[in-house]
Amino acid sequence: MFAEFLQFLFSGITLGATYALVGLGFSIIYNASHVINFAQGEFVMLGGMGTVFFLGLGLPMPIAILAAIALTTLFGFGLEKLAIAPARGASVVTLIIITIGASIVMRGLAQVFWGKEFHAVPAFSGDEPINIAGATILPQSLWVLGVTVLLVFALRYFFDKTMMGKAIIATSLNRDAALLMGINVKLVLFISFGLSAALGAIAGILVAPITLTNFEAGIMLGLKGFCAAILGGLGNGMGAVAGGMIVGIAEAMGAGYWVSEYKDAVAFILILLVLFFKPSGLFGKTGTERV
Amino acid sequence: MLKIQNLTSHYGRIQALHGVDLEVNEGELVALVGGNGAGKTTLLRTISGLQDASGGSVSFEGNDITDMVANKRVGLDIAQVPEGRQVFTALSVEDNIRLGAFIQKDKARIATDLEKMYARFPILKEKRNQAAGTLSGGQQQMLAMARALMSRPRLLLLDEPSMGLSPVLVMEIFAIIEELKEQGVTIFLVEQNATAALRVADRGYVMETGKITLTGSGENLLNDETVKAAYLGI
Ligand SMILES: Nc1ncnc2c1ncn2[C@@H]1O[C@H](COP(=O)(O)OP(=O)(O)OP(=O)(O)O)[C@@H](O)[C@H]1O
Ligand SMILES: [Mg+2]
Repeated sequence: MFAEFLQFLFSGITLGATYALVGLGFSIIYNASHVINFAQGEFVMLGGMGTVFFLGLGLPMPIAILAAIALTTLFGFGLEKLAIAPARGASVVTLIIITIGASIVMRGLAQVFWGKEFHAVPAFSGDEPINIAGATILPQSLWVLGVTVLLVFALRYFFDKTMMGKAIIATSLNRDAALLMGINVKLVLFISFGLSAALGAIAGILVAPITLTNFEAGIMLGLKGFCAAILGGLGNGMGAVAGGMIVGIAEAMGAGYWVSEYKDAVAFILILLVLFFKPSGLFGKTGTERV
Repeated sequence: MLKIQNLTSHYGRIQALHGVDLEVNEGELVALVGGNGAGKTTLLRTISGLQDASGGSVSFEGNDITDMVANKRVGLDIAQVPEGRQVFTALSVEDNIRLGAFIQKDKARIATDLEKMYARFPILKEKRNQAAGTLSGGQQQMLAMARALMSRPRLLLLDEPSMGLSPVLVMEIFAIIEELKEQGVTIFLVEQNATAALRVADRGYVMETGKITLTGSGENLLNDETVKAAYLGI
């Protein structure tokens, strides 16, 4: 009984960590620009598929991973520079539609270059399951969790302790006042898109050995990450992390105890409930606790 | 120091500034008074670069800065205390003040200036770790002022610093303005509180519907019959 529960929990927190990273990406761009970036899922896909591609070129794993993150970050910068920045002054809705367009383009490019097949990225340190209290966990899950924890702390440090991080928060709070401080808000926007893209890519690379990846892999991961961000209160970084965990665990429990065919529905049911009862998200958007 | 020539500005198709000419000399305290919607805030925002000019020019120390982006103007030592304070509500009081020195790389100078601000505004020191949004209106005004002063401006643009403050705080703000003037800061002060502003000002301008309609020494404007009737409530 307990072993079974633990098994579902392990798979839940692994998924949850991935959604948390994707949700953080949504939050960072939302904070800087008030845009919901619907191409966030495609950053996740590019991370996984990019790694597959660079591995195929014969590059060693660590290099392939770094190259995939760099490639995705470039796409993030490109999205801001080529699609968001030129639309300066357009309404937020217009910008959101632009990101939807960008996501379709990125998916299309991936399909043309890499085909429709599913690909596996080899696990970082083997496939030998580790036994814990009767349940098992894959080494790759530990990678997912470890890297996520590290990134969350790194981001907290960046936003809480560095002037550049504070400048990004200041820009999100009051763009005009940020300009008066001499903050280059255009650069802040640019950096935010790059940072979100990198986070998305890392999430995609971390789960690719567990879930397989193809050109469409970003759609579901993007949506779940979006649910995580909304659950936590859009723009609240730590909320997105908690939201990701909730979505991941609920999904794993739903699949385990209920019907696995409906596991994807769990996230959407959760989000409907939250939006209905607490539209600002479970953790709202309060105080200084923002990543 | 600051020279504005035939400046116009639009919000979409609505014209807010209709050819403004105005000058502020080094060391002066110049007041701009005018009623609601006259275009005072628009003029200040055009000077600091937050608002685009649609015609005319703004020059600072002989250089045309009409098209310079707002965040670069801080580097020229121009600072603005915007209308409605515009503090970063979710950030701490201290972070707000420090952001005022964002372009300053000299850490020692930042530390010295921060202590100076705390000495000048003790209430901010007391609340240094609180979120700025939790401060009262008056305290937020002090914060906006401290934040602007952190860049050691040579030209300080103030947009209605006394708005919504109690009489005691208004006096305090004006005392600070006079003190800054003593220290050699050039000040361009926008106020609805025309009496107080013209009293401390060397010179003043009166603005109506996007145009300068009257100019003179602070004293002359205070005694001007039309100004009295329209803005001083006498
Ligand atoms: N964001 C905006 N969009 C459209 N019109 C605007 C905007 N801001 C100001 N205006 C218009 O421009 C004109 C000048 O406004 P401005 O805020 O500069 O006046 P003001 O003198 O600062 O007024 P107040 O004393 O009330 O602060 C007004 O007619 C106002 O309605
Ligand atoms: Mg105004």
